Amino acid sequence: MNDIRPGDDMAALLSTPVDADTLGRLHRRLEQAAERADLIDVAYTTIDSPVGKLLLAATPEGLVRVAYAREDHDRVLEALGRELSPRILRAPKRLDESAREIDEYFAKRRQVFDLRLDLSLSRGFRRLVQTHLPEIGYGQTRSYRDMAELVGNPKAVRAVGTACATNPLPIVVPCHRVLRTDGTLGGYIGGLEAKTMLLNLEAAA
Amino acid sequence: MKQPFENVVAQHGATVLRVCRVVLGPHDADDAWSETFLSAMRAYPDLPETANVEAWLVTIAHRKAIDVLRVAKRSPLPVDEVPEAPTGRDIPDPGDADLWALVKGLPSKQRQAVAYRYVAGLAYAEIAEILGGSVEAARRAAADGLKSLRKKYPGEIMKGASS
Repeated sequence: MNDIRPGDDMAALLSTPVDADTLGRLHRRLEQAAERADLIDVAYTTIDSPVGKLLLAATPEGLVRVAYAREDHDRVLEALGRELSPRILRAPKRLDESAREIDEYFAKRRQVFDLRLDLSLSRGFRRLVQTHLPEIGYGQTRSYRDMAELVGNPKAVRAVGTACATNPLPIVVPCHRVLRTDGTLGGYIGGLEAKTMLLNLEAAA
Repeated sequence: MKQPFENVVAQHGATVLRVCRVVLGPHDADDAWSETFLSAMRAYPDLPETANVEAWLVTIAHRKAIDVLRVAKRSPLPVDEVPEAPTGRDIPDPGDADLWALVKGLPSKQRQAVAYRYVAGLAYAEIAEILGGSVEAARRAAADGLKSLRKKYPGEIMKGASS
């Protein structure tokens, strides 16, 4: 240090090193205490998967967000802070069940998710479409047009596309099973590679 | 824009722990840290976006430390049961036991002022608000505390420091 201020010597001595283990232990203690006190409005964790690192976030109501790495997890968390609550804590325990079911899905040991979902990030027509997506069974596909008809609004093909593209719970709410009428992929929040991977995984079952 | 609380813990967790160690000593610091962040999480949605988050956290830590000290005063005898808190572990350089004893021996205002100034890096105006009293009094408490530590703590740090 070139610029020595009075107190730098003592400041250095008093600013004791804090190692990662200590902070990790304190963090876990905070997770437990905050959960007991109902203070965690959004708990999250990240898991590894064949389609990359996934962010899983849950409110006390249920799983509220699944995000691909390409969505930028930091930005997703900031958005959750704006839309739900800034009381967001990395607290993996609340996501144990979701993480387990997603693991089973990728291991082809699960075809239907049995999780409590919190759809509060979607409203109106988008939410309606997303609510109906799980009706497309494992290994099947529908067109955007089929979905528009299914929700009773056959002309809303484009809006169905938007609803799929803004699905806050990809993989678990299977928007990857919706394709263009001509059978081509259409878009996907996780990228076309991920969409292809999921469709192949389910087709090979 | 307000950050997710997790970022607050990640950015300020280490500093708050260092402050708690100076104010309370290494053994009680963990409890004060936990209480501080739990309280902070409760109040976080109401924190103005322009607030200085570190000063806010230190303010909470200050109150929590006072609570801990009060409890300690009320029960001067150590209880039979050994607390499960991991005493003795990951505590700052054990060779500096002398320094910790000196820090502990400071009047509490001085100890707090030193911690908030030299460990947390707060401005004297912020420290004055936490301690109550004038900015000048905060400055003096920090200076007196520092001087006292320097005078009584002989060692390698003295070579570059004042006479």
